[in-house]
Amino acid sequence: MVTSILPLKLEEATVRKGGSRILGPLDLTLDGEGCTILLGPNGAGKTTLLRLLHGLDRTSGGQARWATPREEAYLRQSFVFQSPVVMRRSVRDNIAYPLLVRGVGRKEARERAVEWIAHVGLAGADDKPAQILSGGEKQKLAIARALIIKPEVLFLDEPAANLDGTSTRDIEALILRAARAGTRIVMATHNFGQARRLADDILFIYRGRIHERGPAKEFFAGPETKEAETFIKGDLLL
Amino acid sequence: MNDLSAGVMAAFGLIFNLDHNLVEISLRSLAVTFSAIAIASLIGLPFGAWLAVTRFRYRRVTIAILNALMGLPPVVVGLVLYVLLSRSGPFGVLNLLFTPTAMIIAQTILILPIVASLAHQALRELWFQYHDLLISINTSKWQRMGALLLDGRRSLLTAVLTGFGRGIGEIGAIMIVGGNIDHLTRVLTTAIALEVSKGNFPLAIGLGIVLILLAILINIAIHILSRTEREGTW
Repeated sequence: MVTSILPLKLEEATVRKGGSRILGPLDLTLDGEGCTILLGPNGAGKTTLLRLLHGLDRTSGGQARWATPREEAYLRQSFVFQSPVVMRRSVRDNIAYPLLVRGVGRKEARERAVEWIAHVGLAGADDKPAQILSGGEKQKLAIARALIIKPEVLFLDEPAANLDGTSTRDIEALILRAARAGTRIVMATHNFGQARRLADDILFIYRGRIHERGPAKEFFAGPETKEAETFIKGDLLL
Repeated sequence: MNDLSAGVMAAFGLIFNLDHNLVEISLRSLAVTFSAIAIASLIGLPFGAWLAVTRFRYRRVTIAILNALMGLPPVVVGLVLYVLLSRSGPFGVLNLLFTPTAMIIAQTILILPIVASLAHQALRELWFQYHDLLISINTSKWQRMGALLLDGRRSLLTAVLTGFGRGIGEIGAIMIVGGNIDHLTRVLTTAIALEVSKGNFPLAIGLGIVLILLAILINIAIHILSRTEREGTW
C-alpha cells in the first residue's frame, strides 16, 4: 500500500481576493475516513475552502500541506464542481480523460470509462456528445470522471445544487458508495437534508472562519454556537 | 457590362475546356497557399493555444502585436523578403528569389499572425470553460494545450480557413518575391494582374471568377469533410 496523502493540514491559512480577506486565518486537519460536510450560508467561504484544499486557490498567508509531496497528492484527489464542466467530447472520452492525463493507454482508459458509465447510470450514452446531456447526467459524468482515478480524497462543491429529487438521490448514492469504498469525502452544501443524510462530521463555516466542527449527530442534536443553531432551525442567518 | 459578361463567358470557356494554362496556374496557386497554410497552422495553432494557457509578463503586449500583425501590408512583406532573398541580401546564397518557395515563405508570414490570433481568441473562450477542470485533473501545460486544440478544432477550422482566404487572394507579396514568371511562379492573382495590364479584361475577369469559385469550393469541401454544423453545437 502506498503511503496516504492524508492528513492534510492547514496552518493559519488565509485567502484574499481583491484586497479583502474571504477566508481564514484557519487551522484545520483533515484525516481519517468518512464524509465531512461543509455547511454554511452563501458567501461564507465554503467554495473557497474547498478550492484551497484542492489546490485550485492558493493561500495568501499561512500554508496548506499534504502528508506527501504536493505533486503526488494532486494526482490522488478529484474535484466535482457545482456546475459540471464537460469537455467537448463524447461521454466516454470525457470520463477517460483523467486516465489519459496520467499516462494510461487509450484502449484501457476507454474500457474503464465504459465500466464507469454503467456504474453511474449513464448506460448507452457512451458515444453521445457530453454537451447534450441533461444537468443531472452531466453531474453523474463529472462524478464518474472524478472517481475513475480511484482518488483518495474527493471534493464536491454543492454537486446537487441545481438538480431535482431523482438526480440528487442518484448522486448521493454514488457519493455514499465512494465513501464506503474508502474514499475520503469533503463536500460543501447548504442543503440540510443532504447534510443529515451524508455527513459523518460537520464543518460549520461562517464569515470565512470555521465556526464549529463536530460529529454530525452531535451537531444536529445541539450545536454549540448560536449561529449554527439559527442556521439549523432554518432561520435566516444574516 | 460588356467586359463582365465576356468575362463570365471566358470563365466558362476556360473551365469547360480545362485550359492547360489555367489548370497549371490554379494548381500552383493552391500548392503555394496550401503549403503556407500548413506551415502557418503547424506553428500558429499551438502558439495560439500556448498564449491561451500561459500567463507571462508581456502577454498583453504579445497579443496586441499579434493582432496588429494580422493587417500586415503584403507589399511591405514582399519587399522586405525581396531584400533579404536577393543576391546581395543575407539569404542570397539560398537562391530562393523568384521561386515558389519564396512565395510560400511570404504567404506564411502573412497568414501566421491571422491563424495564431484567431486560434488564440477561440481557445481563450474554451480555456475559460476548462480552466478549473484541467487544473483539477493535474494536467501539464502540454496536455492543456492538447485538450484545447483537440476540443476546439471546429473553431480552429475557421481560423485556418480565414488564413487560407487571405493567402489564395493575395498578390502584393507573391508578385514581388515570385516575379510572375510563366510556368514557374505565375499564379491566379498575378495572372489576373498581368491580363489587366495588357488590357485583356475578359480573360482577367474570367480568371477572377475561377479564383472565387476555387475558394468557395475549397471552403465547402473542408466543411463537409469536417462535418461542421452537423453534430450538435460543437
